[in-house]
Amino acid sequence: MDVLDRIKEQVESNPVIVYMKGTPQMPQCGFSMRTTEALKKCGHEFAYVNVLMDPEIFQNLPRYADWPTFPQVYINGELIGGCDITLEMAEKGELQTMIEQAASK
Amino acid sequence: MKIQTAIEEKIKASLTPTYLEVLNESGKHNVPPGSESHFKVTVVSNEFDGKVLIARHRIINKLLAEELAGAIHALSIHSFTPSEWSDKNEQSRQSPPCLGGAKRELSN
Repeated sequence: MDVLDRIKEQVESNPVIVYMKGTPQMPQCGFSMRTTEALKKCGHEFAYVNVLMDPEIFQNLPRYADWPTFPQVYINGELIGGCDITLEMAEKGELQTMIEQAASK
Repeated sequence: MKIQTAIEEKIKASLTPTYLEVLNESGKHNVPPGSESHFKVTVVSNEFDGKVLIARHRIINKLLAEELAGAIHALSIHSFTPSEWSDKNEQSRQSPPCLGGAKRELSN
């Protein structure tokens, strides 16, 4: 499968998915760590892809949604942003609401 | 031109910020001294009025596309309108500590 199709399938089959460096248990980048902490606090399961273990996704994810950096959070197939946006939305309570809506679908 | 200067000039020219801070945070990371790889940018501009965060970040990512494709490894973006900035008491969140990233992965 083409890598962009693979990414599309991942973001569309998981209500919430984060592309990160490392894992939620063992993040390998401070920005990935903070992002998964914010997601965990929302209290719903989320999927993740460790981009350090998947060079093809690491190379190609930036062009999937025209976003140059990691981590990247997708809810309902849509990129919501990276660490800064995720934390900002968490602070305002918007992240929780979006995740709850996505989880209930 | 230094990357830091390039970032400052591009943002100033395009967004006419009322406040701009470009911090080189590379020293907090696993890179050689004097590197210009990790930046934190705080931009306050009227251009952000009525734009959601992802749209603001896309503007800055696009302005700095050349740097992001090359020298910049990490870019933290904090974007506010002047009134949001005063609501935040004119402070943006601190960047997280480095956890080693790809270099740690490779050395393991």
